[in-house]
Order: sequence, then structure tokens, then C-alpha cells
Amino acid sequence: MAFVELAGITAGYVRDNPVLKGFHLEVGKGELLSLLGPSGCGKTTTLRTIAGFIIAQAGTVMIGGKDVTTVPPNKRNIGLVFQNYALFPHLTVFENVAYGLKRRKVERPEIRRRVADVLEMVSLTGLERRLPAQLSGGQRQRVALARSIVIEPDLLLLDEPLSNLDAKLRDEMRAELSRLQHQLNITMIYVTHDQIEALSLSSKIVVMNGGDIEQIGTPEEIYENPATPFVARFMGFDNRLVGTVTASSDSGVVVRSGESEFNCCRTRGEGLQTGDEVYLFFRPRDAVFSLEATENTLPVTVNYTNYHGSTTLYAASSGDQSIAVVMPGKPTDLSSYTKVHIPADRLIVERRPNHE
Amino acid sequence: MKQPRFPAVLFGLTLVFLLGPFVVILLSSFSADSIMRFPPSGFSLEWYQKVFNIRMFRTTFWISLKTGLAATFTALALGVPVAYALVRYSFRGKTALEVFFSSPAIVPGLVIGFSLLRFFIFVTKVPIGMGLYFGHTAILFPYAVRVVSASLRNFDPAVEEAAVSLGSTRLHTFFAVVVPNVRSGLVAAFILAFITSFNNVPISLFLTGPGVATLPIQMLVYMEYYFDPTISALSSIIIVFTILIVQGAERALGITNYL
Repeated sequence: MAFVELAGITAGYVRDNPVLKGFHLEVGKGELLSLLGPSGCGKTTTLRTIAGFIIAQAGTVMIGGKDVTTVPPNKRNIGLVFQNYALFPHLTVFENVAYGLKRRKVERPEIRRRVADVLEMVSLTGLERRLPAQLSGGQRQRVALARSIVIEPDLLLLDEPLSNLDAKLRDEMRAELSRLQHQLNITMIYVTHDQIEALSLSSKIVVMNGGDIEQIGTPEEIYENPATPFVARFMGFDNRLVGTVTASSDSGVVVRSGESEFNCCRTRGEGLQTGDEVYLFFRPRDAVFSLEATENTLPVTVNYTNYHGSTTLYAASSGDQSIAVVMPGKPTDLSSYTKVHIPADRLIVERRPNHE
Repeated sequence: MKQPRFPAVLFGLTLVFLLGPFVVILLSSFSADSIMRFPPSGFSLEWYQKVFNIRMFRTTFWISLKTGLAATFTALALGVPVAYALVRYSFRGKTALEVFFSSPAIVPGLVIGFSLLRFFIFVTKVPIGMGLYFGHTAILFPYAVRVVSASLRNFDPAVEEAAVSLGSTRLHTFFAVVVPNVRSGLVAAFILAFITSFNNVPISLFLTGPGVATLPIQMLVYMEYYFDPTISALSSIIIVFTILIVQGAERALGITNYL
């Protein structure tokens, strides 16, 4: 049975216009589940509903088999980590971490022991007497983490905890979060808009859009097999071609786009028929400039290049459609190349919604 | 690089305009003359001595002090929860409420004073000291709300939510987490409110009566009969103390951020 269960949740900030409408979600025990999506997709609303800061207008919230829908947030035994750390500015590192234990009337010697343990776990030993203002961003987020896990919460909620850190620190903290998750085996729900974070940390990812779930799956499933155009876009399938199905079989479909024909083995929106209007999605790094390839090719002209260090982005156009191709290395003159090849297993076909 | 001359001159003139009267009062308070005039013809401390010898100044000082403290505490006790609600929650009619709560600072003091006298004191027949306390509380309330709001707005609500998620009730969070972090705002509100009360004339004018006057009212009364530099001496004492208090609080807490 699911450890956390949201059933038919309707919740939001404005009564007449809730962000979530009849929302369902299940999180297994010990799982690290990411809620991934752009801002306004409802991921933070979901998190705040679980934490108890938003009271659902309808539906039930179950944690560990208990109905907590109307339980106030201070009685839910949930750890919370915020994007901006939210440390108590007037308390030292020790006092910040000890706060939850004091509220739980834990004996002083035990508070001292548990705070010391958890500070060691996040490598902050020796900084007990500092104030938050005297810490770096990474250290502050470690204190916030220590403060929320020292109370041994049933559930740890993290709201974009790494987005205020610079790139290098973010990688470090990500590794650390991953280590803590394995060490403590605690159920975590992690809100982020960063696909790399979600992919590298999660055991399961929930991609959200407009208050609804677009897809639930393992990081690999989400990355390799996006279920909807939205997820495809979000997972870096930045190129989109418009086409028509010209043949279909059990193993895949053939799609014509402009002058090109593409064999595609990864279809979606089951039962595509000849004549259906579709989109073809592929990642910039999955297309290659080619002289030899004869099938699955698209005629292109390179318009400009954009140097990224280890890779180079080539902005190209094919008829009235524009695409991006990413190749390793520095920009090279590709004027003799007039087509790109996209392998059949790198293409995603989606039925084109009627209203577009 | 050549310093532009004009802004410096303008700054100098502004200082003269603001501080000039105070310098005149300060110098005339050390005068040896028996009427207020400038420049004084000699030096004496006679008027400072006289300030402390006049009994009405002493009694009205205590009335001003007591009224000011009581009204300031009451205004803060009412204003802090109001400020918290206005900053942290959104609800119907919030803007209207904000305007209403700031009205005592907008409506002319004479109008408030007269209205309180006519429709509160006359109707309820409360003792004159009580009327004074209520009137001052009413005009200090908007200052308390505004200054405390400013400091609450600078305090991240996520910090409160962190405390709640760790097991604090909303009320415990307020005292354990919010109050220590808006302390300078509270002190700023206290000082501003107290000074406003201590200096107030228009409201006090209507709400004082036989035997009960505040210090500024007593000073007005004194000036109607005597024109010696005692008033200069008393004014100088009040100004110097005000400056010292505000300076001290600024050094310790940086209160001017919230005024």
C-alpha cells in the first residue's frame, strides 16, 4: 500500500480557481519521488497540501495509513526543506537544528547527542555556534536539511532545495542528498523544475503540467519514452517536425515530413493510421550531419552556430521548419553537409492534437 | 575632479532651514535676559533651574510620560496583530481595512480631538485622564500598524512555516520566531509612537482639563503668561533627549529602516 496517498484532491490559493482539481498521487515507502514541471504546474501546491499548509477543498490526504486531511501542519511530523533555506536568523546552527527536538520535549543530553550526530552527517561539525548569516549558501542548506531530518520525520518534503545554489555546489549537494536518502531510507518528495536534478535523484518522477499529471515513471522511462508532447519537450526533445503517417505496421510507422520520409519505431498515441497528422520529436544531440545516410534524413542549411565549450549547437532550417543539432567539439565548417540523419529509435511520434 | 558647487550649497541651506530654529532656541535658553530674545546679551543657567522649580512642569511631565507609555503599549498591543493579519493574510476588504486603520493619521488632529470630546467624553463621561489615554491610543495606532507592517514584510514567511513544520503552533511561532526577528521594528514603532504622543498638541488640547494637562499644553499655557527663556530651556532639554534616544536606538538596532 502506498505510504502517501492523495485522493481526489482539489486545492489551491483561490477558492474559485483551484490549481489542483481531483488530483491523485501515490508515493511508496522509502521512495524518492520528484514532482517535476514548470512554474505554475501545481507541484508546489501539491507539496504544500501534503505538508498541511494548504487545506484541500475536497479529497483526502493519507500518510502512513492515517487520514491527515485536517491535521494541522505542526502535528504531521513532516520535515520541510525550502528553496531559500528559511533558517531561524536569530538562532545558532545548534539551536536551529535543536528546535524541533525542543518542541518534542526531548531531554537535553539526548538533544545534544542527536544534533551532534546529524551535524556530523551533513559535515557541519564545528559550526554549532555560528549564526545563519555567518554561513555560506551550501552550509545554510545543510543546516536546513539537518534541522528537518533530526526530528526523524515520517516524510521529508523538499521544495526546490538546490535552486539558490551555484552550479558546482548544486552538484555537490545533489550527491549529498542522494547519499542521505540511501543512508536514512526516508520517504522523500522533491519538487523541482530541473530535469537533471529529477533524473539523477529520483526513484520515480511525476511530470506535472497545469495541475495535472502528464506522466509517472522511473527516470529512465521518462527520459527515453516521454508519454506526451509536453513531457517530450520538457525532457529535451526540442526539435519538432510536422508530418503525416504514410504507412503503419506493428513495428512502427513511416512519417512523411516535407520531402523526407522517416521510419519510426517509437510510437505513441496507439493505433496511428495512414493519413494521421503527427508531430515528430527528436533531441538536438540525436541528429547527426551525414554524407552517407540515405534514409531518415532531413535536408538542412546551417544558419548559425553557438559554441558551448564541449559541444556546439548548429541552428539549421529545413524548408520552413527550423531545427537545432548539437555535436561534440568546437564549431566546424559543415557547408558541404546538406542533410542530417536521425536514427529511427531516436524519433518520437505523437498524434497532432486537433486544436493545434 | 571638480566638486559641483550647487548641491553642496543646497544641502547647506537645507541644514540651516532645519536646524536653525533649534540653534536659536538652544542659544536663547542660556540667556541672561529675562525675556526671550536673540542674540542673548549674556550667559546664565538660570532658566534651566527654573524649569525644574515650576511644579506644573513636573506634574504635566509625569502625565505626558504616563499617557505616552500607556497609549504606546496599547497601540502596539492592538497594532501588532492587525499588522500581522494585514501582511500575512489576504482577505476580502483588506484594502478598505488598511485605509480605515490609517485614518487617524490622515484626519486632522483638531477634528479627532473635537470629535472625541463631543461624542466620546461628553457622552460616556469618562474621567479626563482616560479620555486623554484613549485619544492618544487612537492616533498612535496607525503608526504602530505601519512600522510593524514594514518590518514584518521583510521577514520571510517560509521561516514561520519551518517552525510550524517542526512542531510549533502558530502562536508559539509568533513569539519564538517572529518577535525576535522583528524586534527592531517593534522598538522603532515604540519610539515613534511615544514621541508622537509626547509632542502631541491638537488632540491633547481638547482632551485636557482642569488639573490634567500634558507637558506641551502646559508649555502653551505658560507662554500665554510669561515670555522668559524657560520655554527655550525646556524645549532644549526635550529635543536633546529625543535625539539621544533615537540615536541610541539607531546604533543598537538600525530602526530608521522602518520609519
